[in-house]
Amino acid sequence: MYMLNNMLNDVPTPWGMFFQDSATPNMEGMMELHNNVMFYLCMMLGFVSYMLYNMLTTYNHSVLPYKYLYHGQFIEIVWTTFPAMILLIIAFPSFILLYICDEVIAPAMTIKAMGLQWYWKYEYSDFIDDKGETIEFESYMIPEDLLEEGQLRQLDVDSPIVCPVDTHMRFIVTAADVIHDFAMPSLGIKIDAVPGRLNQTSALIQREGVYYGQCSELCGVMHSSMPIKIEAVSLGEFLAWIDEQ
Amino acid sequence: MTEYKLQTPGFDARFPQQNQTKHCYQSYLDYHKCVALKGSDFEPCKVFWHTFQSLCPHDWVENWDDEREKGIFPGDLSIDQFKDKTEEKKE
Repeated sequence: MYMLNNMLNDVPTPWGMFFQDSATPNMEGMMELHNNVMFYLCMMLGFVSYMLYNMLTTYNHSVLPYKYLYHGQFIEIVWTTFPAMILLIIAFPSFILLYICDEVIAPAMTIKAMGLQWYWKYEYSDFIDDKGETIEFESYMIPEDLLEEGQLRQLDVDSPIVCPVDTHMRFIVTAADVIHDFAMPSLGIKIDAVPGRLNQTSALIQREGVYYGQCSELCGVMHSSMPIKIEAVSLGEFLAWIDEQ
Repeated sequence: MTEYKLQTPGFDARFPQQNQTKHCYQSYLDYHKCVALKGSDFEPCKVFWHTFQSLCPHDWVENWDDEREKGIFPGDLSIDQFKDKTEEKKE
C-alpha cells in the first residue's frame, strides 16, 4: 500500500521518520548525501558489532583478540588510515553540497523574510507599482479555534508566500527583534534570521504545491506559533497574484 | 495584466558571502552619493536604487531616510573625492 501512495509529503506527519519530499535540487542533494552517509554508517556499525561479538563469544579461539600481541605496526596503520579514508569519503560530498547550496548565482527575484515576535513579514520589493509602493505583508498563524476544514493546526497562516515554480529565487532573511530561523524542510532551507544582518539563500522550486515550515530558533513564548507557508504556483498565476496585490 | 520583468540584483563579486548586509548598505550609500553628484534623473543611479530596494528591508531604508533628513545619518555620504576627479577630467 505504501508503494502505491503517490502523494508527495510536504508537511510534518506523526511519527515521520524520514525527510519530507523534496521540491528543490538542494533538498535532493541533501537526501542523496544522507543516504550515502547512512550507507557508510551501517557498514561501520555492522563491522564493529561483528568484531565485538566475535571477541566476546570466541575469545580463546579467534585471531581478533589475540592476547599476546602487545605491539603491531601493521594493524596500527590499518586502524588509523581506514577510518581516515571513510571520513574523507563522507566529508568531500558534504563539502561539495555545502558550497553548492551556498551559491546564489543568478536569481530572478528576491523575497525578503523578516522574523518578528511572533510572526513573519514578507516583502516583494522587485515589484513596484506606479505609486512607488511595493508588496509587503505580514503572515500570522491561524489560531486553532478559527481553523477551517482541511487546514493544518499550527501550520496554516492567513497570508502565505506565493512563489513561482522553476524560477531562481533569492530569500533575504533577517529579524527585527530576536533571532528567528527560516526553515522549509521541503525546499532544503534552514537559515537563521538575525537582527541587523541580511542572510541570503536561494531556492528553485520544481513542482507546484503548498509547503510548510516553522521557525526553528527558540524565539520566545510563541515560538511554535509562527509557521511559514509557501504556495508554489506557475509563473503566470504568480504574476496574476502580484497584479492583485 | 501589466507587464512584469523578473529582475533582481545578481551576483556581486564584492559580496559573495551569505551575509548581504554590506551589499544592501553599500548600495544605499552609492545611490545617495550618485544622486548628490549627478542628480536624481541620472539613469545609472537607478541600478543602485534597485539593488538596495531589493535587498534592504523596508524598515531599514525608512530609518536611514529619516536619519538623513535629520542630518544624523552615520554613514559616509561625502562626494568631494569624486567631484575633484570629474572636474579634473573636464579640464
